[in-house]
Amino acid sequence: MNARVYVTLKRGVLDPQGKAVARSLGALGFGEVEDVRLGKLIELRLEGKDPAAAKARLEEMCKRLLANTVIEDYRIEIG
Amino acid sequence: MRFGIVVFPGSNCDHDAYHVARHVLGQDAVFLWHKDRDLQRSDAIILPGGFSYGDYLRCGAIARLSPIMEEVVAFANKGGPVLGICNGFQILTEVGLLPGALMRNRSLKFICEPARLRVERSQALFTRKYQAGELIRLPVAHAEGAYFIDREGLARLEGEGRIVVRYVDERGEASPEGNPNGAVSNIAGICSERGNVVGMMPHPERASEAVLGGVDGRRIFEALS
Repeated sequence: MNARVYVTLKRGVLDPQGKAVARSLGALGFGEVEDVRLGKLIELRLEGKDPAAAKARLEEMCKRLLANTVIEDYRIEIG
Repeated sequence: MRFGIVVFPGSNCDHDAYHVARHVLGQDAVFLWHKDRDLQRSDAIILPGGFSYGDYLRCGAIARLSPIMEEVVAFANKGGPVLGICNGFQILTEVGLLPGALMRNRSLKFICEPARLRVERSQALFTRKYQAGELIRLPVAHAEGAYFIDREGLARLEGEGRIVVRYVDERGEASPEGNPNGAVSNIAGICSERGNVVGMMPHPERASEAVLGGVDGRRIFEALS
């Protein structure tokens, strides 16, 4: 089973990298870009066939290591 | 007294801290390998600066899982003095001994310069040899040093006297101009509720001898003697 975890800075936490990328896109003529948030994509390959059980384990992984929930949110996708 | 200095793969200020403890202060000092579980009867623990585990995932996120950290947490919870400098501060927040997190500098640049600081009135054990409000200079050297905490957490730190040092401008004010990295409320260092655990981004071990340009950091290490 494959899973993807997206880790991004929480709304309300300033993302200086995102701001710099947004400014650069603007400088390249992509004036429609209003905001950019950068994050991490973590790809995992897991044993087992039960997506619900995997989701619960991935939640645990996010809370304990993959994300720092003081400043980051995470989103899990399976399959 | 004996300082125990934890060495992670990628620590690079461990020898500086050892040098200050041993040769500047004339105290006993030992290195503690991150895979060990023995604090070797240390009276105080230093988590030094550097790039433990290459800053993989997040600064300090992997280091806090090292076997020695379980012992450091137990030591801290019993009231043992623990000082985290730079990467050490990042590790202390990741392991949960201190609240908040360290984020990318607002400028996105690695900052390496002397910083003006004000020692705040706090519970912190390691700054007890400074006057409250004393202005000092210590070097900073980091890319991820912008302290972040939510509004509630900040109010709690302020109410409990846990903000240890703040970045200030030439007038000694904690102004936006005096803030090198975008830290919330100009915070450069904080402590635990009991004051025995202190984390700070500036490097007192690089300012403990006149030959290196200043001695403003030395009293941090002298706090326990």
